[in-house]
Amino acid sequence: MTAITSDVAPRGGRQSRLGQLARNPSIACGAAVLVLLILVALLAPWLGTRDPTAISAFDRAKVPSAAFWFGTDMLGRDLYSRVLYGTRVSLIVGFSVAIGATILGVLIGVFAGFLPRFDAFVMRVMDGLMAIPSILLAIALIALNRASIWNVILAVTIAETPRVVRLIRGVVLFLREEPYVEAARSCGASVPWIVFRHILPNTFAPIAVQATYICAVAILAEAALSFIGAGVPPSTPSWGNIMAEGRALWQIKPYIIFFPALFLSITVLAINMLGDGLRDALDPRLRKRV
Amino acid sequence: MLSHIARRLLAALPVMAFVALFVFGLLYLAPGDPAAIMAGDQATAADIARIRIALKLDDPFPIRFGNWVWSLLHGDLGLSLFTNQPVAAMIVQRLEPTYLLMLMTLVVSVTLALPIGVIAAWKHNTASDRAVMVFAVLSFSVPSFVVGYLLAFVFGLQLRWLPVQGYVPMSNGLWPAVRSLILPAVALGSVYIGLLARITRATMLEVLAQDYVRTARAKGAEERKILFKHALKNCSVPIITTIGSGVALLIGGAIVTETVFAIPGLGRLTVDAILRRDYPVIQGVILLFSFMYVLVNLLVDMLYTVFDPRIRY
Repeated sequence: MTAITSDVAPRGGRQSRLGQLARNPSIACGAAVLVLLILVALLAPWLGTRDPTAISAFDRAKVPSAAFWFGTDMLGRDLYSRVLYGTRVSLIVGFSVAIGATILGVLIGVFAGFLPRFDAFVMRVMDGLMAIPSILLAIALIALNRASIWNVILAVTIAETPRVVRLIRGVVLFLREEPYVEAARSCGASVPWIVFRHILPNTFAPIAVQATYICAVAILAEAALSFIGAGVPPSTPSWGNIMAEGRALWQIKPYIIFFPALFLSITVLAINMLGDGLRDALDPRLRKRV
Repeated sequence: MLSHIARRLLAALPVMAFVALFVFGLLYLAPGDPAAIMAGDQATAADIARIRIALKLDDPFPIRFGNWVWSLLHGDLGLSLFTNQPVAAMIVQRLEPTYLLMLMTLVVSVTLALPIGVIAAWKHNTASDRAVMVFAVLSFSVPSFVVGYLLAFVFGLQLRWLPVQGYVPMSNGLWPAVRSLILPAVALGSVYIGLLARITRATMLEVLAQDYVRTARAKGAEERKILFKHALKNCSVPIITTIGSGVALLIGGAIVTETVFAIPGLGRLTVDAILRRDYPVIQGVILLFSFMYVLVNLLVDMLYTVFDPRIRY
């Protein structure tokens, strides 16, 4: 941790480091929007919404008005409520996949970095998984099961993990040869000690950046899967399946697609800005690359 | 060089074998009895048993996998559970729009992204550079199906310049086919353009700081020549690598884009197959796309020597 942050700033407490991150406009802006969206997801029932699944034959396909802020869909369901509740699905999928893929990826990556036999086998499997474009991999895994939010999370996690494994394995292989790790080893430090004390803390910056991007990719993947009918089932409103249901009517009622698309784009944009900011602030070595 | 190609092909074999095993495992683990589905609603237990024997469904896993790979090598991907047509034939019917769409997307993206990236690097830290970076972040964040609807709304519904949706087969002439895919190609290309522009800009920034660029300037070479001849040529390796790895985005995006624009390609075939749980078709499409992706990246690997003669194998 210190080894990395000391490149950018004089050593300080956690407080000043957080303050430093918040001064990055990209981080501040992305984080602010993200916090707002988390609040929307948590407080959805109290934000003037009604039951997002309540069908009303009288209010079918109404344009946005004072009564229905975002209009209604062809079953008369209130789109404002559906879009707000949809925030929950997107954020749950994004955060779950980011956490799941990171934990799995770090575990496998660290083992691969230290056990050559395991490494040879695991990396072939990872190459194989990465040869299948991730959305197809997710489609294949979901096809085996019922479409549900948990299966979407599981499938996208499996599709995203190989990238984390590769990243962590690379960092571990690099750090293993660093003089301070060699010094620790020559002092008789055990492998777990080296991993927890010397390796993992130095993987923090790339992991934080990668996890943020995975969160964005997962939200996009869920939306795409639900949009083509292989994601979250229609009984739970998600931005992707609201758009899927609006597909038939979009030429005459474009607002059915517009609002979920807007929320989706803003969410992913905020997370990407957060990721770019973190990359620049935490790991100056990465800044020059993409 | 030849031995390098052979070695790369050999290295790709285990990857392809893994993909084949994975895809076969998908069908093996798929819920439901394919024989019962094929037999239909009025089938007796004896009918189902006969189909099971005909399809060799009762053989052990390794033998079934072996048989399956053997027929795969002969271009036989099995029968669709719903139409009873050969999957390979169904895929071939749908290839044209998808391949044309991908090809157009590649052409559009590369011709737009490279100059954008070069100019951003040349005008480093100016308004146009920042505009390119903002565009890149936006292109990663706004999914291609949203871009698709936006384009269809503006250029199709409002301005009426281009068709809103649908595909005109190439048998009616090349231009109508191309015209019907312009909006989908731009929509699908949006992510790709952002990705390529960003990598071009980043590599160009490094190259423009090199001594030989300064030398070229000192000898009075034209600025355009310096940028596109001296500098861009030296950026080719990371750029073609990104083009290759970006094909995965293109494949995933094509499925969704075809849904937006109602294009009867492989994407539509995939989506219909998912909705109907037609496993042999899902399997066939995944195999095709994955092998295509592996081959594209092999090709990219070979292209390194063409674009950068310093790399020799």
